[in-house]
Amino acid sequence: MQTTPSLDAAFAALADPTRRAILARLMEGEATVQDLARPFDISQPAISRHLKVLADAGLIETRVEGSARPRKLNPEAVQALWDWLGQYHALWEARYNRLDDVLATLQTEEETPK
Amino acid sequence: MTAQTLVTDGETDVVVTRQFAAPPQAVYRAHTDPALIQWCMLGPDGWSMPVCISDARPGGDIRFEWSDGQGNGFHLTGNYLDLTLHSRIRHVERMHLPDPTPDNHVDTRFDTAPGGTLLTMRMSLPDTATRTAMLATGMEQGMEASYARLEALVGKKA
Repeated sequence: MQTTPSLDAAFAALADPTRRAILARLMEGEATVQDLARPFDISQPAISRHLKVLADAGLIETRVEGSARPRKLNPEAVQALWDWLGQYHALWEARYNRLDDVLATLQTEEETPK
Repeated sequence: MTAQTLVTDGETDVVVTRQFAAPPQAVYRAHTDPALIQWCMLGPDGWSMPVCISDARPGGDIRFEWSDGQGNGFHLTGNYLDLTLHSRIRHVERMHLPDPTPDNHVDTRFDTAPGGTLLTMRMSLPDTATRTAMLATGMEQGMEASYARLEALVGKKA
C-alpha cells in the first residue's frame, strides 16, 4: 500500500536530530534497524519509534527480504520536501542578494565626503 | 562568503542565517527604512511593492503591498514588538491572501561578524501546519498560484 506523505508530518519528522541522522544514513543506502541503531546511544525500541515516525511521514519504507526488514528512503517524498524548502530558500536568497546591492550603495554614500 | 542557510527548527520554527559585507548598522537600516525594504523584499517575478509602511518603534505598523501592476495584489500587515537599535528586531506579521494567515513571530538579530554582519532570522509559527504552508509558498508566482500548486501536489501524493 502506498503511504500518504503529509507535508506536516514530514516536516515534523525532520524536526528531530536523531531522525535527521537516520535519514542521512539512509541516503547512503538501505540499512537494517540494528545498523541504524548502532551510532546512537539509545535503545532499539527508541530507534524503532523514530523509524515509525519517519515511515508514517512517508519518508522511509520497509523492504521485506525473507526475515530481514531493511529500511530505505522514499526518494520521491524526500525530493518533494527538499523542493519546497528550496523554493523558500530561493526567495530569501533573491531578497538578500538584492540587499547586498543596497548595502554596497549605502557604503558608497557614507564614504563620499558630504 | 555569503552562503545562506535555511532550516526548520523544532515543530514550528524556521531559521535563516546570512552574512553581509556591511556593518550591523547598515543591515539594520535596510530592515527598517521603507525605501530600502521596498527595494529588497521581492515578490513574485514582475511584481513590485508600491506601498511600504514601516514605523520602526514598539507597536509601530508594518504594511507591505505587492502588485503586478494589472490590478492583482496581496499584502502583509504586522507590528513591531520591540527593537534594539542596530542589534535586534522582534515583530509579528501575517499575509493576506486575502484571508489573513496565522501570525508569524519574527526575531531578527544583527551580530557583528568578521567582514560585516551575521543576520539570524527566526520565524515562529503557531503550529507545524502553518509553517508547512509558509515553506510551501515561495511567493514567486503569487500566493494564490502557490497555494493552488501546493494543493495539486498534496492531492497528487494522496
